[in-house]
Parts: sequence; C-alpha cells; structure tokens
Amino acid sequence: MSEKHIDEVSGVATTGHEWDGIRELDNPMPRWWVWTFYATIIWSLGYVIAYPAWPLLTSATQGVLGYSSRGEVRKDLTAADDAMGAYRAAIKDKSVEAILADDQLRSIAVAAGGASFKVNCVQCHGSGAAGSQGFPNLNDDDWLWGGKPDQIQQTLAHGIRFTKDDQTRDSLMPAFADVLDSAQIAQVSTYVVSLSGPVKNASLVEPGKTVFAENCAACHGDDAKGNKELGAPNLTDAIALYGADEAAIATQVRAPRMGAMPAWNARLGDTAIKELAAFVHSLGGGEK
Amino acid sequence: MQDQDVTRLDAVATNSAANRQPLYARRKKIFPKRASGAFRQFKWIVMAITLGIYYLVPWIRWDRGPFAPDQAVLIDMANRRFYFFFIEIWPQEFIYVAGLLVMAGIGLFLVTSTVGRAWCGYTCPQTVWVDLFLVIERFFEGDRNARIKLDAAPWSFTKLRIRVIKHLSWLVVAVLTGGAWIFYFADAPTLAVDFVTGNAAFIAYATVAVLTATTYVFGGLMREQVCTYMCPWPRIQAAMLDETSLTVTYNDWRGEPRSRHTKKAAATGASVGDCVDCNACVAVCPMGIDIRDGQQLECITCALCIDACDDVMGRLGKEHGLISYSTLNDYDANMAIATRSGSCSITPELVRKPDGTFSDKLAHFHVRKLLRPRTFIYFGAWSAVGVSIAFALATRDRLELNVLHDRNPQFVILSDGAVRNGYTVKLLNMVPQPRTVVLKLDESFEGASMTVAGDDTANVLETEVVLEPDRLKTIKVFVRADPEVLSGTSQSFTFVATDPTTGERADYTATFNAPEKLK
Repeated sequence: MSEKHIDEVSGVATTGHEWDGIRELDNPMPRWWVWTFYATIIWSLGYVIAYPAWPLLTSATQGVLGYSSRGEVRKDLTAADDAMGAYRAAIKDKSVEAILADDQLRSIAVAAGGASFKVNCVQCHGSGAAGSQGFPNLNDDDWLWGGKPDQIQQTLAHGIRFTKDDQTRDSLMPAFADVLDSAQIAQVSTYVVSLSGPVKNASLVEPGKTVFAENCAACHGDDAKGNKELGAPNLTDAIALYGADEAAIATQVRAPRMGAMPAWNARLGDTAIKELAAFVHSLGGGEK
Repeated sequence: MQDQDVTRLDAVATNSAANRQPLYARRKKIFPKRASGAFRQFKWIVMAITLGIYYLVPWIRWDRGPFAPDQAVLIDMANRRFYFFFIEIWPQEFIYVAGLLVMAGIGLFLVTSTVGRAWCGYTCPQTVWVDLFLVIERFFEGDRNARIKLDAAPWSFTKLRIRVIKHLSWLVVAVLTGGAWIFYFADAPTLAVDFVTGNAAFIAYATVAVLTATTYVFGGLMREQVCTYMCPWPRIQAAMLDETSLTVTYNDWRGEPRSRHTKKAAATGASVGDCVDCNACVAVCPMGIDIRDGQQLECITCALCIDACDDVMGRLGKEHGLISYSTLNDYDANMAIATRSGSCSITPELVRKPDGTFSDKLAHFHVRKLLRPRTFIYFGAWSAVGVSIAFALATRDRLELNVLHDRNPQFVILSDGAVRNGYTVKLLNMVPQPRTVVLKLDESFEGASMTVAGDDTANVLETEVVLEPDRLKTIKVFVRADPEVLSGTSQSFTFVATDPTTGERADYTATFNAPEKLK
C-alpha cells in the first residue's frame, strides 16, 4: 500500500514505500542518464537491423551488413596469409640452401618450420627435437642419412622405410643371429664399443675386428664410419641410437631394430617441407 | 571616503552554499567579469607559457644523426621509443617516466601544502583553456554586463551571428588543441601535411576529433562544472592543506561588518568594516562563488577576486589585502584580535590604531612560515626521486646483453663426445648509431668455444657482431666444451660484449649444463 508522501527535509516526494522507517526519495533520474538510456534504445534498433540479432528456430536473423564472427576470422586468416605471401613465394622458389643463406628468409622459414615441427614431428622427436632411444636427436651433428639441407629435405619429403613412397630412403640390416654364433656376436659387439670408448673385456676386441671385417664392413665401411647412402650409422662416434654398451650393441646385431618415418610431402606440401628442413638444419648440427 | 567611485555590481554567487541548486537542476550560467591586476597579469603570463609549451614543443628539432628522428620531443609508438631532447627511452626504461610521475605527485603535495591549490588556479589545463575560451567570448560578446544582456535577449539575427561566430572560434581553438596533441606522436611537419591532405592514419583523425570535442565541451560549455563535479583534485588537494598553507582568504576581521552605506553607518556611530559589499569579487569569480563565505570546495584559488578587491580598496583609499593570500594561522590570530578572542562580534576598530593604520599586533605572512617539517619532507622526497632519476639516467647502459639458455634440450652430445649448449643471445644497441661489438666467452671457461648460427666461422672464442642503430639483435650461439674440462652437471660462465670504440661492456652470467655420465 502506498500513499503520497512528501519528505520534510528536502520537500521531495518519496516512492511511498517504507522500510524500517526509511523512505526512498523519488528524485528524477539525471538528465544525462536518461538521454544515454534513450540513445542506447535508438542504437539497439539500428543494431538489430544491421547485425545478427533475433534467434529463430534453427538459425538467427542475419542482419543487413552480413557480419559473422566466422567471416571475421576468415578475413583475418586471409590477411595473415596475404601478408606472408611474398615470403612464402620466395621460399617456394628457392632451394633450402639458398633460403638458409638469406638472413630474412631464414628467420621466417625457421619460425614457420618450428611451428610445423611442433604439430607434426614432436610425437617422435620430442618437443626439443632431442629424440629418444630409436628416435634420432636432430640437434646433434650425427646424421644417418645426411645433414645437408637437401638431404634433410629429401628425408622429410619421402620418409624412411615408408613403403607407400617410391622414393623413400630404404635399407635393411640383416639379423645376424642366423649368421653368427653367440661368441662371434659378443666379439663384434665389444669391437664396436671399443671404437668409441673403453670395453669390459679387451680380449674380445681383436677377434671382433675380424668378424666385423667379414660381415659388417660392406655397409658400415672398413673404418666403421658408416655410409649415409645406405643409412648405415657411424659406429665410431659417441652417439648410438639404441644404446652404446656391449649388450645393447649385441641385441642390435642379433635382431636389428630400424626406425621408419612417414613421407610428409603429400601432407605438408613442398613449402612447409622446406621450412621444416631449414628449421632442423638450424638446430645446430646441420652440415654445409 | 570616495564611495561614489565604486560601482556596486548586482552579482549573485550562483554556486555559493546558500544558493546551491539540487544536483539535477539546470546549470545557472556564470558571466565572469574581466579582472585586472597583478594576479591577472601573472595568469596571462602562465597561460602564454603553458599554451606555448603545449602548441610549440612538437615543432622543436633536435639532431640525432641519420638513424633517429630529429624531433626534440617524440613518443614513437610504432617503434616503441620515447625521445626527449638528448634522452632516448626504450620501453624497459619506462621506470624513468614512472619516476617523473612520482615527482609530479610529490611536487603537487609540496605546492599544495605551501601555496594551496596553485595547480588548480593557474596551470591546470581546464583553467587555462577556460581562460582562453573566456577571452574569445569577451572579444565577441563584451564583458559581463553585455553578455548577461545578450543571453537574456530574445533570439535575433545579431545574437545568432555573434553566437555562431563565438562557437566557431571556440571550435577552431578546440581543433588546434586536439591537433597539437597528435604531433607529439609522429614527425610534426610530415604529419601536418598528411593530416591536411587526408593521408594521415585514422587514429590521428579520431584523436583530434575526440580532443576537439572534449576541449570544446569542457572549456566552452561545462567550464566550472568540470572542477566542481568531475574532478577529484578539489577533494584531494583540500585534504593536503593545513593551517600554514597559503589560500585565498577574505579577511573578515577587517572587512566586517560590511556595509553598503559606510558614511551613513559611520555617522550613526556604528562599527564599519572595510568591505563595501560591492560584489566585485563575486562578479569576477569564474566558479560562481562568494569568497566571503570562506574556504569552499569550488574555489580554485585563481586569485582574481584579490585583483578585483584590491582595485576597489585602492579607489577607496584603503589598504590592499581585504581579500588576500593568507594562512589559516594568521587569519585565526587576526580574528582573535578583532573579536577579543571570540568574546564579541568582529570589531574592525580593534585591528587598527587610533590613527587608522593597522595595529602592530596583526599577523602577516612571511616566506619563513612556509619552511616547516612537512614542506621539507616533501621537498626532500621530491629531490631524492629527482636526483635518483638523474643519476640513473646519467649512468645507464647503452649496450645491453641478455642471454637465454635453451631449455629443451638443455645439452646435446656431439659425435666426438663433446657437450654443446644452445643460447639465444640478445644484444641491445641503444644508441642511434650502428656499431660493431665483440662478443666473447669469459676466459675462465677453459676448453669452451662458441659458434654463431649462420656464421661461417665455427668454434671461436670471440666474434664480432654488427649491430644496427637503435635496435635489438638476436643471435643464436652454440657453446661447446670438451668433457674433460667439465665438472659436474652445471657450471657458470660469462658472456662479455664490448664495444672497442667506446669501451662499453656488458656481462651476462649463463649456465652450461652437461649430462651426469660422460664417456
């Protein structure tokens, strides 16, 4: 129940409600506030005509300006692509070696390659490209199939032991468990370990050397430095993909494990492959 | 007495407490009369200096060589540089600007505690531009009485013409004001041409439009309402005043009882103060208040009422200073004399000797009264910040070195068994001249060498890096160390960058990581 009530102090009418003896003055709204309020109403009329506004059963009114947030994203993406267009074209036209020689192109290609690396390569090679057992570390200077820009590009494009690609890099190390006996395997493993460090049983080194020359030198070379044409690893360096001690080497001699890598050209395209090659080459181990 | 020389003005202080309207009532216009006198003169000078600084500074040239802009004061947003004459500030050095803001804050405390709301009355942009807009208004519409008459007159062609011209002139000033702002952010001569020919950036036009609108609305239309309702300073500044701060004061100990008919009153033997109630102080007030009501929030202490009152007192042959800058302490002391410490109403005879001159017991202002702990502390803090900034600025590095150690992988074993760590090295050349610096590994890290990515030389101890003027250069550096020299999994070493021509040197201590087991 409300009745007209005038506040004694201010002489202003109250709203007629009372809470615990407190009444609310019925002052008019400030004019600027009322005007702003009306202005927002007028604005909203224009807004619902111009922009998507009223929900319908399955969609909404589209608005005469044809605005959509998806459209804005599409526009932004196109603009970003356009902004990179000249660089992308240059990367497409040039060889990886030429890209690496150009300061500006290199930094762009390395950044772009780093981005594709995070999406496509980290699952096996790790986010820092440091690999793990069986997955090569791309930071070091040891390359199974070669670390020159075009060699890296070739590996990326066609993969390794990837049967669906005709040009894939392929090689097969036989399982020597069928060829050599246990003693010979122990001897040759010890010899391989001796090439890069101390061994547990030095008496096995000499006979191992003979076994190596007869069975292994064809691919790994007389000096055991490997052959990048065949993907035969260098056995004299400090890096071993499946472990460096006698037992690990012996396992690898008996029944070799060999990694496979998919070919990426169909999926990523030539430009992205070049960017990735530039990125991998720039990690610190790239060969000239 | 020369009563007849004084024109009594029919002025009402629209904003004084007694006449104050409810907040939502329509604003009552104020028509400040032109004052003349020492303070008005001072305000003209301050106005000329402040406006001069604002409009002209972007046009001052300062030669920094071919690799930096030649504008003396430039906030280069696009390149993230701030130029101030011989000082160049990079974004990470913004602390200097923060220091200036701290100084401005403490400076305001200092000024307010000594001379009251001097900022409000003399240098605040709102005050200065309202003053400027009033000059224009007076030029076209005449002084107070003519303006009141014009305002009350029905609309006619003449009134319309005068009003249109006035508002157009205001708009011109507003556009110039907004226009001057943008010149601080780009090369002024180039931007001026671009702006006029329509080739400037949208943001330039938008900024000018917004500042034109605010200048026109605040300076021309809202005026004193900005100070009274919108600005927080009156509240803050008032809180910083104390009994020894100078404020514009009506000295009612000599002015009261005020009388419009001094001769008649004197003839009846009644006590008569110096105030002849001519309302000159009210008529000149741009805030629409009556200073005789005492200190009030609206008063910006522009001191124009002092000029107006001194003028009247002079013509009446009385001493200046019925309205004056004075401290609350002095005022209270004099008030005590005039009222016998509050035991009677104000009796002006008590402050004067029998011969009519002022009593010797009256308190007067002296500069020494400003020297007190509070002002010393403010001044001390203010100068401490200033000296610190100046010292830091004079000794700051113009060649900086930052090194980020690769986190993933932390180290790489190379085929020959050596350990390699990767670092992103950032060299900051903070002067607008190209230079070549030497980056080297500290000698204490024996057996280590470095390779700069993309560089033809490998495994060197030092290398030259060419830095572009005023730019950051980022290079990737690989440091390798033979396992024999490494002790433990982590050790520190130092990158040193030196400029052989100037002798500047920057160090960065980085960490070299190695695996636990090394062959």
